[in-house]
Amino acid sequence: MPFEPKEPQKEIKYSEMRIYTDEELNNYTEEELKNFKIKHDIPDLEELEKGPWPSFVSDAKQGALHRRKLADDRMLIDRDVIEDMLGQLQVSFDEGETHWKHGGIVGVFGYGGGVIGRYSDLPEKYPSIAHFHTIRVNQPASKFYNTDFLRTVCDMWEYRGSGLMNLHGSTGDMVLLGTTTEQLEPIFFELTHELGQDIGGSGSNLRTPSCCIGKARCEYALYDTQALCYELTQYYQDELHRPAFPYKFKFKFDGCPNGCVASIARSDMSFIGTWRDDIRIDQEAVKAYVAGEYVPNAGAHAGRDWGKFDIQKEVIDLCPSKCMAYEDGELKIDNKECVRCMHCINVMPRALKPGKDTGVSILLGAKAPILEGAQMATLIVPFMKAEPPYDNIKEFIEKVWEFWMEEGKNRERLGELMQRFGLPKFLEIIGVPPAPHMVKTPRENPYIFWKEEDVPGGWSRDIKDYRARHKR
Amino acid sequence: MALSLERLGKYDPKDPQKNRLTDLGPRHFWQYFPPVIQNNYGNWAYHEVLEPGVLVHVSETGDKVYTVRCGGARFMTVQHVREICEIADKYCDGYVRFTTRNNIEFLVDSEQKLDALKKDLQSRKFVGGSYKFPIGGTGAGVTNIVHTQGYIHCHTPATDASSMVKAIADELFEEFQSMHLPAKVRVSMACCLNMCGAVHCSDIALLGYHRKPPIIDHDVISQVCEIPLAIAACPVGAISPDKTPEGKKTVKIKNERCMFCGNCYTMCQALPLSDKEGDGVTILAGGKLSNRISPPKFSKVVVPWLPNNFPRFPEVVRDVKKILNAYAQDANKYERLGDWAERIGWEKFFEKCGLEFTEHLIDDYRLAYDTWRTSTQFKYTDAAWNVSKAVGGID
Repeated sequence: MPFEPKEPQKEIKYSEMRIYTDEELNNYTEEELKNFKIKHDIPDLEELEKGPWPSFVSDAKQGALHRRKLADDRMLIDRDVIEDMLGQLQVSFDEGETHWKHGGIVGVFGYGGGVIGRYSDLPEKYPSIAHFHTIRVNQPASKFYNTDFLRTVCDMWEYRGSGLMNLHGSTGDMVLLGTTTEQLEPIFFELTHELGQDIGGSGSNLRTPSCCIGKARCEYALYDTQALCYELTQYYQDELHRPAFPYKFKFKFDGCPNGCVASIARSDMSFIGTWRDDIRIDQEAVKAYVAGEYVPNAGAHAGRDWGKFDIQKEVIDLCPSKCMAYEDGELKIDNKECVRCMHCINVMPRALKPGKDTGVSILLGAKAPILEGAQMATLIVPFMKAEPPYDNIKEFIEKVWEFWMEEGKNRERLGELMQRFGLPKFLEIIGVPPAPHMVKTPRENPYIFWKEEDVPGGWSRDIKDYRARHKR
Repeated sequence: MALSLERLGKYDPKDPQKNRLTDLGPRHFWQYFPPVIQNNYGNWAYHEVLEPGVLVHVSETGDKVYTVRCGGARFMTVQHVREICEIADKYCDGYVRFTTRNNIEFLVDSEQKLDALKKDLQSRKFVGGSYKFPIGGTGAGVTNIVHTQGYIHCHTPATDASSMVKAIADELFEEFQSMHLPAKVRVSMACCLNMCGAVHCSDIALLGYHRKPPIIDHDVISQVCEIPLAIAACPVGAISPDKTPEGKKTVKIKNERCMFCGNCYTMCQALPLSDKEGDGVTILAGGKLSNRISPPKFSKVVVPWLPNNFPRFPEVVRDVKKILNAYAQDANKYERLGDWAERIGWEKFFEKCGLEFTEHLIDDYRLAYDTWRTSTQFKYTDAAWNVSKAVGGID
């Protein structure tokens, strides 16, 4: 095992942890489910049971029936939570407006995030969801689980919450939807003591970091996304739980420029795997692709007849930097001209592999439109080695944070601060030399903010001296 | 070791610090890898999509792992998760994984185990008739639609999320289960501009949007909000201090400046925006995240507003299909939707998709000029002739 968690983690056995018996878990028949009506009229929701795509309504109804048939002492929040949630959803459809109140500050002692307060604004009509708070549970890197863990979470959450959840929320957490204020601390104690599992981020702190599947099941992973994600999540636990930032801050870890976790669009600090040596070519495998023995693009286009694979048209001509040629049965790549877009590798994964001298590009400042419009991350560090214990990466992170915490206004994301200060000033503050790699083009106006020290003689001049040369 | 049955469990409200464990972080990932993943970590040689939704990854050692990818609603009950566990126990030695786009992945280490797993997954349906575990979401098709909470659990939405996604996914089910598009098409949904789902770089993005300025709750605003924060929250400076006739502190809003971002409501609960007639759906298209061939790019607004026609959003479904069909027919192999639109020109995009171009689609916010055309390179469409006629350029 190449990695060890900081604290040894006890193995979870569902058989020892479980709350519910098999009979309780299977307490309804298919027939009962078919005839089951929840206590509210939900015609629009029932319409959403039709069609082939998995219906969240059908699922919610099975949860509601299951709850209805459990004994009174087998759950600690109201039995009707799911039914009331569905009832309120139907009313929201009827009225075209949400019925969840704005905010409400709840949480667990000593943490400033991970729990989101939620209250219904129709508590008389739907009393069981009067309090319906969310708990974000920090998912294991790249979202692999075993069933002992998941089943234990399910029992705990059915007993102390609504039994409704998201796998997963947009930032990556396992999201538990709907419990009362009273149960927040008990749930946190169950999570930490029994499941060895912490909650995630919310508010103005480090949000739960997330990563792609990486080396676990992808040949393109150019650094160990899980290991880096885990290490930084553990190393920055304080920042994750105790808000000290101007606003939210997200790390995301993409193993290659294909960008499966969307770090370039969705994280304040985006780590994207890259390489600096040559693409490895297996010329025999290239020939096999050309001959039609291997299916191009790993079979991803197999649903349509696109004709015979044409390496010139499909690879060479589509190369964005035009650094490839296929001559006399041999593929040539001018690697110093390559921009590592991954297209050729994606099309011929059995013939081409990224280089072996790998690391990360670091890009900063992506965010959704609130407030000044959406931003994509800007390339700041073209290449950095990414090897444990990742001290170089931590040092860079802390330089950026220091600046943002010093200068960032309330609710100002890093990307907005970079815009307000300007990229040149930002680079100077974090001590990164400027490079053409950071811009699409050089500036198109000459309005340079020259500094006094840039200009020989400084800016203090005497008008008399000037007038001695130029009459008024 | 067992889960507690006590009402307050291990928590002692008299001494909240007693036995409190903090800063544990997530559980370590390694323990959740099935043996074939542990044994081949970092040694994968190549992969292949065997059929829609089924992948094989081959290791340098020759080991193989087969993955069956299933769509799912990201909103699940514990009963559904337990069913996922039952399948994982039966076929996958108790391991299961979820993708960034809310798909469920079942992994097996031999082809023999694959058939039984697939058959089982395909056979499971909810009593309402929908599939519990539809197989697909790989390659040049439409994979699961990522989305936000909507009316199920959020206080700021301008539409619902789960219902819209269900409506669209039902209609694009064939594209989920096949790979006949020119490239992958990522559809994403966010129920307000806060974009928990950050849909701004998707091939097709569906966005809930308000169209009425906030209503001011004069009676309570000074008690429930920090008025200066509410004023500062407005990016267009539309909010300023005011007094009620009774002399209470409140705010006034220049409605004509408002672009309905809702940031004021996020900061101040006395400024709600939601409204049945005002709220609806904006469609954006042509964004991408990958660096493949062309750099990542933002999605562009192509339909300014459609009504919240619950529960199946027929107008939204119609326009999404228009875009998808035009793209499927016209784009080159490997060409993402945004690359296609740029190659043919956005004027052709509107023509081929049969979408109306209105003044709402011309940027007049920050950096708007960057999107104006400063060239004589264009293609003739009816929209161009309309301009010519309007200015007396042609009869």
